Amino acid sequence: MRTAARPLHFAGCVELRQTLDVHAHDERELMSRIAEVPADSIYFHTFGYFLRHHPQTTAYGNDFARWAALEIGDRALAERLAVVDPFAFPRLDALRDHLVSILSDHLQRHTVGGRLEFDRAFHFQRSHIVEVPLGLDATSLVEFRAGLARVDESAIYLHTVETRVRARRAESFTTWLADALGMPELAERFARADPYLTALERARGRLLGFVDEALEDERR
Amino acid sequence: MSRIDDYRRVSGPGAVDFVLRLAEQVQGRRVLHVTGGRLGGGAAETLRAMVPILAELGIDARWEVTGGDAGYYLTARALQAALEGAERGPSEEGLARWADMNRLNGKKLDLGADLISVHDTQPASLVSARNAGRWVWRCHVDCSAARADNWAAFRQFADQYDAAVFPMPGFESRLDIPMFVIAPSIDPLAERNRDLTPREINETLGGLGVARDKPLLVQIAPFTQAHDPLGVVDAYRLVKQHHDVRLALAGTTDGEPDRLELLTQLREIAHQDSDVVVLELPAEAHRQINALQRAATIVLQKSVRAWFDLGPAEAMWKGKPVVGGYAGGLAPQIIPNVTGYAVHSVEGAAFRIRHLLNNPELIPRMGAAGREHVRRSFLITRQLVDELALAIHLLR
Repeated sequence: MRTAARPLHFAGCVELRQTLDVHAHDERELMSRIAEVPADSIYFHTFGYFLRHHPQTTAYGNDFARWAALEIGDRALAERLAVVDPFAFPRLDALRDHLVSILSDHLQRHTVGGRLEFDRAFHFQRSHIVEVPLGLDATSLVEFRAGLARVDESAIYLHTVETRVRARRAESFTTWLADALGMPELAERFARADPYLTALERARGRLLGFVDEALEDERR
Repeated sequence: MSRIDDYRRVSGPGAVDFVLRLAEQVQGRRVLHVTGGRLGGGAAETLRAMVPILAELGIDARWEVTGGDAGYYLTARALQAALEGAERGPSEEGLARWADMNRLNGKKLDLGADLISVHDTQPASLVSARNAGRWVWRCHVDCSAARADNWAAFRQFADQYDAAVFPMPGFESRLDIPMFVIAPSIDPLAERNRDLTPREINETLGGLGVARDKPLLVQIAPFTQAHDPLGVVDAYRLVKQHHDVRLALAGTTDGEPDRLELLTQLREIAHQDSDVVVLELPAEAHRQINALQRAATIVLQKSVRAWFDLGPAEAMWKGKPVVGGYAGGLAPQIIPNVTGYAVHSVEGAAFRIRHLLNNPELIPRMGAAGREHVRRSFLITRQLVDELALAIHLLR
């Protein structure tokens, strides 16, 4: 059994939400606000959705699609926004541009409905991630599996989504598996795992499956 | 008084351990909460449970209250109403007197702490006496409809804080400081929400004169136009044409003339229809409210204006589907088609109630989903996590 060059320190996270006092009352305002809000806000409403999305809630993929479906009642727009996979974009500005282009195209083809009341408007937010060391370390694949199976689900988000997009104290699972444990193939499988439109618990199950297969290969 | 370990049996797996881990980053820091009083619901109710737990977690947590003469309370109430959208704010003289009284409060109280959270309007101007620590204004109401002149008068104090916290996005008005969002929570171990035995429920309902011989619709809310009890009666009447149900309306009047008038109307309706029960209960009738929610088939919260009333969360914790108005903090508590329905009209409420009564298998399914939703998002353990994260962020 190989030993990692450095331990992985499992950490969970809390999302401290901040409201920006920026609001959109219709699709046109949504487009112009998306174009101008801080990148952190685009992150919150897209990548951050994975932390807040639970199996009980309907999967819309991001907050913009959810709002278009539930508040605007524009199913076509909701579908077009829902299918946007934030992981497919190398930078947040590219993701932002894509969202704006969808809205722009939609607005050219459809008439905008009336403005919503303020309490149904889209309220732009951002968040501050507070990392929470969980007191669990892994120096081998067996220890990694044990930690992965029991950590708070926010740790799955932190080590797979947050660390993939933004610099954090916590190390991404893929970096640790490739660089510290010397298992680039397993790291590659982790990197390719598609977290889009799933819940964190399901993502955990899928990652555990990859680790179990790797452990089985090592035993052979 | 509940201890943090007591929450292991009601919160999600690992939730308490997560709180303990998070609290390690704030241990030894001094956290002070200041409110306008220790009694009643809302922030005070939460602090009664939360402050002892914070202390148990190794945080030097304290709670102070401000006080003053009759004019002080009058101005504070007028200011609060103005922030919630009332046309008239307090007079300039009243505001100056209120600020003077808070200066006196500031001299009397020990405000030495690393993080000072000042709740709502009554103690808000204490910030003028700040000399150390990080100061946070905690707003528990919807300020988005405050008139510009009233909000401008209040901003002279609010902008002196390091940050503000609102219960949900959209409740804020313009401030020059960061505005965070922390949703309120319920305490599952409090008398209002703890498990009751069938015998306790039956005895309590017997005491209230509520029979359990037919499906029971329940709304717990103050008798105000904002909570639309007459609309609930109208919805009940539409349902009654198809289902033999009983309606229980329980709430408070606080001696307010318009509420008493509404209560009189409701009592007249109950006098003419023996399946309508109207109960004026004191705010501290927690056991009775608990029993009514647990006995309910469907819980209604058909408010047309609501702040962040936790009625839906309380009902969902007890495994009940909720038909709620689309207002304020009600909508985010209800997951449409999963834990209940958010409705826009009397007809909408009646339609959803009939739908549930005609498809009774949905009732326990939605109830179970609601309980899990609350376990994850609206228990005090979740709020503890948010409060600790706020402290860590601001004290970095």
